[in-house]
Amino acid sequence: MRKWFCLLLAVVILAAAIPLTGCSKSESEEPYKIGALFAVTGGNAPLGEPEKQTIDMMVKKINDNGGINGHPVEVITYNYESDAAKCATYAEKLITEDKVVAIIGPTGTGDSLAIVDACRDAEIPLISCAAGVSIVTPTATNDKHWIFTTPQLSVMVIQKLYAYLLTQSITKIAILTDTNGFGVDGKNNLKAQAATYGITITAEQTYGGSDADMLTQLTLIKNSSPQAVVCWGTSPGPAIVARNMTTLGMTNIPLFGSHGIAFQSFITAAGASANGVIFPCGKLPIVDSLPASDPQKDLLTTYRDEFNERYGNGTANTFGGHAYDALSIVVAALENAVDETPKDINSSDDTLQTVRGKIRDYVETKVNSTGFAETGGFPGTAGVFNMSAENHNGLAMSCLVMVKIVGGKWTLVAE
Amino acid sequence: MTTEVFVQSLVSGLTQGCIYALIGLGFTIIFSVTGIINFAQGEFVMLGGMLSYFLAKSAGLSVFPALIVSIVIAMLIGAVLYLTAIRTARKASVVSLIIITIGAAIFIRGVAGELWGADPVAPPYFTGDGSISVLGASIQYQALWIVGVTLAVSIVLHLFFSYTMIGKALKASAMNRTAAGLVGVNTRTMSLIAFTLAAALGALGGVVIAPLSLTSYNVGAMLGLKGFVASSIGGFRSHILTILGGIALGVMESVTIALNWGPFRSNYKEAIALVVLLLVLLIRSRKLSEEERAS
Amino acid sequence: MLATLKKYGWSCLAMATFLLLLILLPTQLLGDKTSILILIGIYSMVTVGLCLLMGYTGQVSLGQAAFFGTGAYFSAILSTRYDVNPWLAMLIAAVATGIFAYLIGYPIFRLRGNYLAMATLGLGIIVWILFRELSQYTGGPDGLGGIPNFSIGGFVFDNNLKRYFLVWFFCVCALLIAQNIVRSRTGRALKAIHGSEAAAESVGINITQFKVKIFVLGAVYASLAGSLYAHHLHHIGPSSFDFMASVVVITMAAVGGLASIWGAVFGAATITYISQDALAELGRSQPRLADLDVVLYGLILMLVMIFMPKGLFVTLRDSIDSWRRKRSQKGVVA
Repeated sequence: MRKWFCLLLAVVILAAAIPLTGCSKSESEEPYKIGALFAVTGGNAPLGEPEKQTIDMMVKKINDNGGINGHPVEVITYNYESDAAKCATYAEKLITEDKVVAIIGPTGTGDSLAIVDACRDAEIPLISCAAGVSIVTPTATNDKHWIFTTPQLSVMVIQKLYAYLLTQSITKIAILTDTNGFGVDGKNNLKAQAATYGITITAEQTYGGSDADMLTQLTLIKNSSPQAVVCWGTSPGPAIVARNMTTLGMTNIPLFGSHGIAFQSFITAAGASANGVIFPCGKLPIVDSLPASDPQKDLLTTYRDEFNERYGNGTANTFGGHAYDALSIVVAALENAVDETPKDINSSDDTLQTVRGKIRDYVETKVNSTGFAETGGFPGTAGVFNMSAENHNGLAMSCLVMVKIVGGKWTLVAE
Repeated sequence: MTTEVFVQSLVSGLTQGCIYALIGLGFTIIFSVTGIINFAQGEFVMLGGMLSYFLAKSAGLSVFPALIVSIVIAMLIGAVLYLTAIRTARKASVVSLIIITIGAAIFIRGVAGELWGADPVAPPYFTGDGSISVLGASIQYQALWIVGVTLAVSIVLHLFFSYTMIGKALKASAMNRTAAGLVGVNTRTMSLIAFTLAAALGALGGVVIAPLSLTSYNVGAMLGLKGFVASSIGGFRSHILTILGGIALGVMESVTIALNWGPFRSNYKEAIALVVLLLVLLIRSRKLSEEERAS
Repeated sequence: MLATLKKYGWSCLAMATFLLLLILLPTQLLGDKTSILILIGIYSMVTVGLCLLMGYTGQVSLGQAAFFGTGAYFSAILSTRYDVNPWLAMLIAAVATGIFAYLIGYPIFRLRGNYLAMATLGLGIIVWILFRELSQYTGGPDGLGGIPNFSIGGFVFDNNLKRYFLVWFFCVCALLIAQNIVRSRTGRALKAIHGSEAAAESVGINITQFKVKIFVLGAVYASLAGSLYAHHLHHIGPSSFDFMASVVVITMAAVGGLASIWGAVFGAATITYISQDALAELGRSQPRLADLDVVLYGLILMLVMIFMPKGLFVTLRDSIDSWRRKRSQKGVVA
């Protein structure tokens, strides 16, 4: 008897999973469908969660203001739980079942690499929120014609850091990196770019995501006499590193972080040890210091204020901003380059393919100073974008600033 | 490798190892009494740390009251887990019960993520962020707390299991369930106590390490895994071996970092430590089975 | 005589239905979900080995994902970096994994107690770390891409439908071989004696040899599945082969039902469908529940095991069996 009950329970649960189909919408209510893939849970959650939150916030705002050319927009977001294989499965789902016109995300570089071939085969534009240059670099098997990415590329961030180090006469550094994708990418770039900038790496150490302290690694680093320590990782590692350096009395050795610490939680967690830490970053943390003439200032201030209001004070961060940029770009493409209505798109696969192509072409040819002359390019949270056939990232070093934590607050470092 | 580095690695390794030991004890207690591997053990550690932070923050509790309340809440959750999930699935095979704990772990982790978000948090240190210096190495006050708590727990557990009525009943259930049942021990109550006790230990571990290592809703998986390794060194039955195993795991990982040569580096530390442990296990169990065959 | 025919009759009917379903699913019934069906086939292969191991020997392997991973990585590295033919790469991977499993299994199985669990756990973690750190070969944490498709002559397995039939061809073969073992003298004997090793040894069955054979078979199955996985997704990374992945395999085995070949398929299908499709669709149609996907998954897992502790397939099969028995009893009485 109980067994039949559970079979019934199972059927009910499964039935609930099947979407309610058959609700017919009037023509003006059918939405433009955009797909999104974020790692809202799992290892990359601190990055993926704000990305999803940003999308939710933006979709509401767009629809409240009348949608895109009078049509509502729906961003179908799947949480792939920081699992690259699941990301590939959901990408396929977005492409073939949900029939979206473009895909935003994923959160991480490895996850993005897992789906670039599928996007190429399906001929659908992918606007990634991950910073690995390999995502947009053409290879023998994939020319990345359909692939774009919105964050500042990690290689460029490191170049910015190295350029700053030289201005401070720092040429000998020790590096301490996480073993995850973000950290390894950082380590590879730190090593590859060192020679160009005349930087010597005196010690190379790593740490894992669940380590309680990095005292041993830091002692080895201290013994190698570096002028500075560069820590590349996402939370919570760098906060522990900052605290450990204070414990070991390494206060005469400055600590430089990556853009992965541009979170309020780093400052809260590291406490007093956060003060004096310098890192390269987009302009969001120091938007209040920007001159009024900066084309990003209004956009950044509005984004930060709206995000903080909706999700809590101090929660706005640059990673959510990457999702903001990606969606803004797709929305701009839909507004300016697509006359097909959602009904047309949803009823014909050919139309869907045409629209996907139009969006891709728009992003490559118009998300730059040709399409947005007054601002010198497409303004976003990460910078002003100038996409081209050769450059599917579109950001220049000038979009980065050096930020220093002083008195528990982010301050702009004058350069 | 200088003395300073070596001593630092021993100190850090001991700290880390005590964490593994505390978590491992939870696995050992539940397994020895019920035969179940409780995959939700790591989540109790997470709950301990997270609860102590949010209780301090929102209810304004200071360190020690927050600690007590966190542990009590974790114990309640452990009891609820046992009563609703484990006891209800009567006559299920051990494997099914293990899967239930897996489901529970995922559930608890998901709820924690929903409630508290993804960002890591740093509960305040018990007695401040200072440290003492020993042979050139730094030992943080919180690290001393971790080692001290582990020592205290070991002693208290030993006394509990050897001299109290409940403790002896638990021990009897662990040794032989049927026999214990025959002399009047209520094995179902013993299982409930085992789960509650393990939850308390896990939460205690979580509360004491979170100020040092920070915590977030996600930490349960990796910590649980390492505690599980510690427990398996003790054969899932011996408390003292679980503790020593956890410490050995922590120290070996740390020394591997300090060696800084060839594959003996930080990124391979778990692999090296496990290889050593597996070899030890192989040798030890060979001796054991030879003894068994001889007898 | 009639009884034997009836027994195998049901079996043949079930098999025929299954094969028919296999052909109809991607073509007529669930075309959109072909990629999910491929994953189910792949995971079924990985799970079957574990089901046999856990069901017949009572031992748990906590590192099945390691074998899955070695198959995937061998195939990926050989076919991308060294231009080895994918079929040959798959064979090399399977042989290497099999030898590896034998070298670990033989010493461990000769010992008493639950040492296999610890050894496989340690193994799984060590192998995962190697996948992550040997980045010149494996691509590091971000993984390895550009993995080519299988091809036979000019026929390239370049879309989901073609790969579906390839994967399920292998899967069905794996299931049939497994069934053969289960019905072999040793398998039946072990089951009849309810896994009492002493009793089995007393009738001359070499338990250790049987256990090792099953362990190696499971490893080889996982390796083959891994190779198919690599050539299907065209990109693999270490996160697919960590400890959690091994836990997922155990979950699939238990949810389907241990000591049951078809239980493996059921379990793989259920878990794959729920975690890779159903919850996502639920999240889309009920946005409020979208954030609860992980919570719901944990809840479903608990409920399934609480109410159907023997696993979905075994519970279903037992229900059908007892219903049939009741029916035949009624017949006798009437």
